[in-house]
Amino acid sequence: MVTQNKEGLQPSREQIIYANLLIIGVWAGIFILVATYAIYLTGILPSHVELSIIPTIWGKGVGEYLEITHSPHGWGWLYLLAKGDFLNYIGLALLALMTIVCYLVLVRGYIRQKNWIFTVIAVLEIVVLSLAASGLLGSGGH
Amino acid sequence: MSLFVFVLSCPLAASAAEQTAAGTAGKPWWFWPIVLFVFCLVLGIVAVLAGVGGGVLYVPLVSGFFPFHIDFVRGVGLMVALAGALAAGPGLLRRNLANLRLALPVALIASSFSILGAMLGLYLSALDPDIIQICLGVTIVGIAILLLVSKNTEKPVVNKQDAIGLALGLGGAYWDDGARESVEWKTHRTLLGLFMFILVGLLAGMFGLGAGWANVPVLNLLMGVPLKVSVATSKFLLSITDTSAAWIYMNRGCVIPLIGVPSIVGLMLGSLIGVKILAVAKPKMIRWLVIIVLFFAGLKAIDKGLGLGLLG
Repeated sequence: MVTQNKEGLQPSREQIIYANLLIIGVWAGIFILVATYAIYLTGILPSHVELSIIPTIWGKGVGEYLEITHSPHGWGWLYLLAKGDFLNYIGLALLALMTIVCYLVLVRGYIRQKNWIFTVIAVLEIVVLSLAASGLLGSGGH
Repeated sequence: MSLFVFVLSCPLAASAAEQTAAGTAGKPWWFWPIVLFVFCLVLGIVAVLAGVGGGVLYVPLVSGFFPFHIDFVRGVGLMVALAGALAAGPGLLRRNLANLRLALPVALIASSFSILGAMLGLYLSALDPDIIQICLGVTIVGIAILLLVSKNTEKPVVNKQDAIGLALGLGGAYWDDGARESVEWKTHRTLLGLFMFILVGLLAGMFGLGAGWANVPVLNLLMGVPLKVSVATSKFLLSITDTSAAWIYMNRGCVIPLIGVPSIVGLMLGSLIGVKILAVAKPKMIRWLVIIVLFFAGLKAIDKGLGLGLLG
């Protein structure tokens, strides 16, 4: 189990590309989150849901909350980007999309290597994550 | 000593938050984001020192002591766990501690089932939020027991790799700085391990907990992956598993920016501070404290779900 040579210790090329992409995306996401939150709290852009109202309704279930605030579900927030509160979803969505972007790079690498098992695994993961992100699964029902 | 007081202040801060929760209407809107930010900053420090993910502490403590509905706590809890895992991922991948070949097949199973878990959790919550509170409480008490009794093995001995592990090439090598040697590893009991990730994914999605507490024992104790690789791959895995469940909650509207952003930023900053404190802290003592806090948070969730009011 334990050897003294250093061969095979280096991460694969895909692993390095994945890491580089991730670091850019994560810090961009965090920066956008902080910036848009500042815009939201300072009121530079008007909010869809008044800040003072939120503490009175965040104890209710999500269905009731959306109904009271007339807030959209799924990707409906894209139509409300001029509102300070929904502007924050840019950073949140970027963080949640990063893995899909990184997997696209992985697939390209695995195809080049003709590593078909991992190509299929990576493609299936993209399908699963895209399905979750699409809003087709469980975004309604309120 | 000051660190001890600092760590203890975490549940005390939560308790203070709960006491003021009754007067939600009387507080200005900015009061809660500030309390949440400070609370999550402390939580981030404690999580690093105790070697657990942020989500497993965030969901039971915030749902137990803050006035937010459990739907929002789970949605934000997943975003918190996701952000932490995404931030840690690049460093772990570059040092070859997190292994992509190991993570990919496991992540596919866990992320698929975390979607089902999220949908099931939201369905049960819509039926009766108390069901989720009770199930969450039982799970948290279970996690505390798991942390208490599981004895991870630093370098498990795997004599013969099974056929699935061999076919997928689940093995590798990393440099152990402490022992000044390279360590080669391979998996066994791979099929059983992959099946276990069905359960891990379901629980992660249903309660928004992240799943580092479950990933590590399965990888290390069951599949024979060295502890360092298990911990690093588990952290990286969360960035994939939590992505799918987080999207389900976000699309349903469970991530309110007013709660979400201070939680994510607070926990990430706390984690950075925690890494610096780690050099001088006594993690064993803090780990004990976290186990106690988890027991309390789990029992509190059960108490809240049953409406007994025994724990305040």
